[in-house]
Amino acid sequence: MLLRAAWRRAVSAVTAAAGSRPATPSRGLRLRVVDHAPQSAVHSDAAPEAEPVLRPLYMDVQATTPLDPRVLDAMLPYLINFYGNAHSRTHAYGWESEAAMERARQQVASLIGADPREIIFTSGATESNNIAIKELEAAIQPDTSLVSVMTVNNEIGVKQPIAEIGRICSSRKVYFHTDAAQAVGKIPLDVNDMKIDLMSISGHKIYGPKGVGAIYIRRRPRVRVEALQSGGGQERGMRSGTVPTPLVVGLGAACEVAQQEMEYDHERISKLAERLIEKITKSLPDVVMNGDPKHHYPGCINLSFAYVEGESLLMALKDVALSSGSACTSASLEPSYVLRAIGTDEDLAHSSIRFGIGRFTTEEEVDYTAEKCIQHVKRLREMSPLWEMVQDGIDLKSIKWTQH
Amino acid sequence: MAAAGAGRLRRAASALLLRSPRLPARELSAPARLYHKKVVDHYENPRNVGSLDKTSKNVGTGLVGAPACGDVMKLQIQVDEKGKIVDARFKTFGCGSAIASSSLATEWVKGKTVEEALTIKNTDIAKELCLPPVKLHCSMLAEDAIKAALADYKLKQEPTKGEAEK
Repeated sequence: MLLRAAWRRAVSAVTAAAGSRPATPSRGLRLRVVDHAPQSAVHSDAAPEAEPVLRPLYMDVQATTPLDPRVLDAMLPYLINFYGNAHSRTHAYGWESEAAMERARQQVASLIGADPREIIFTSGATESNNIAIKELEAAIQPDTSLVSVMTVNNEIGVKQPIAEIGRICSSRKVYFHTDAAQAVGKIPLDVNDMKIDLMSISGHKIYGPKGVGAIYIRRRPRVRVEALQSGGGQERGMRSGTVPTPLVVGLGAACEVAQQEMEYDHERISKLAERLIEKITKSLPDVVMNGDPKHHYPGCINLSFAYVEGESLLMALKDVALSSGSACTSASLEPSYVLRAIGTDEDLAHSSIRFGIGRFTTEEEVDYTAEKCIQHVKRLREMSPLWEMVQDGIDLKSIKWTQH
Repeated sequence: MAAAGAGRLRRAASALLLRSPRLPARELSAPARLYHKKVVDHYENPRNVGSLDKTSKNVGTGLVGAPACGDVMKLQIQVDEKGKIVDARFKTFGCGSAIASSSLATEWVKGKTVEEALTIKNTDIAKELCLPPVKLHCSMLAEDAIKAALADYKLKQEPTKGEAEK
């Protein structure tokens, strides 16, 4: 209909204007953010008893990323004014939301070299993974199988040889799924060059909002998936449920920003990663980097500090937000299965720390983190009986330890 | 009549609510702490970290745990001729709760006799440090470390007794 087409043009003009903010991003993070507690809306008449609270530096981008300010800019109109249901076909509210959704779909597709018709929005990479794996159960032929590989590992940052795996799967007529949550927008991906049939995408790993993701499902040759949730038949019947316009607009904006800034981010993050590793290894002996150094995404650095336990180091580095592969930090008291799988000694698995460097990490933050890390590892080694024994020339592997 | 009464009740109730002290907002918004401040204190203000002379007859050394488990504690005690523990030192490879448990253990054994030190229970250590259930094994290892140090000390006393009897 002419009216609908006109609306689409008008909306794309508005959203384009909203998206074209100044190129330099305003820093979403500062070195210290003063956070005034009490935070409730209730104002007490008494004099404020709470002192301003300093928050830790954020070095855990593999767990989640902050919203890029440009993404928030893109989302706000859809949280305030343009609140229509994208599937409403009878009025302008629906049409403008639908136009925004389709524009976001194009942004996601363009980042991975796909056709927009191959992108289905979901609530996140977990849902996408479930849809992809369920496909295996829905397969008709008994000999159909599926290969599922992570593109970039979230614990050690290792990049899998996706193109080679894709080639092998395609020649054997086996479906290939990859969970690209940590890779999308960070390393170049092309679903056609790499012969990927299914891909999971996560919004909050690429400076987009939480609660949204996408699954890429190849159309040629067609990959059939079974819907996890049934309902009104939205998203080509593959994922019923109203598509949350503000969230998908955020995902689309995050993908577009990532496409523009991928090369610059990669170079900057590589330099910061080198800086962090060099500073630490120059001042501390017996530090092991986990994961293949050649096929590695630089923003995810996993280091094992021998003779120091991971959780105690996290406690000591209380003003830096980090993560560890130690058993003490997991609910199950088992150390990281990833580290175990690559053959890391168990005591080194207990000593691992993951440093995440992202788009907004500054050189100052990296220097501070390295400095504090060196200081506290030295201190914890002074408190460590293992370090003492090694200094005395004892071979730890020769000791019969008591089992507890 | 009833309506008026109800209205008065409502007004009184709302007056009461307005006048009642609001909950301090800080308590409502305080974040859940992962590390109890007592545990952090043992790391930030360490006491009794170090080593005693392993070869000395008056020193008992207990080494418990395993690096593969992520927990190793070394606890040493120095005992005087009267059987009283006059000094204790520890070194630990383990999480914050493990460091705090072993640190507290050295504080508690000081001044006790060898027999009294045997009565220190892991439940007391856990209670003092407010350890969550998932960290209780750290206090158990600290109790084991105390017992291992005492056993080592006793073992060192025995050959001398045998010589004296000869």
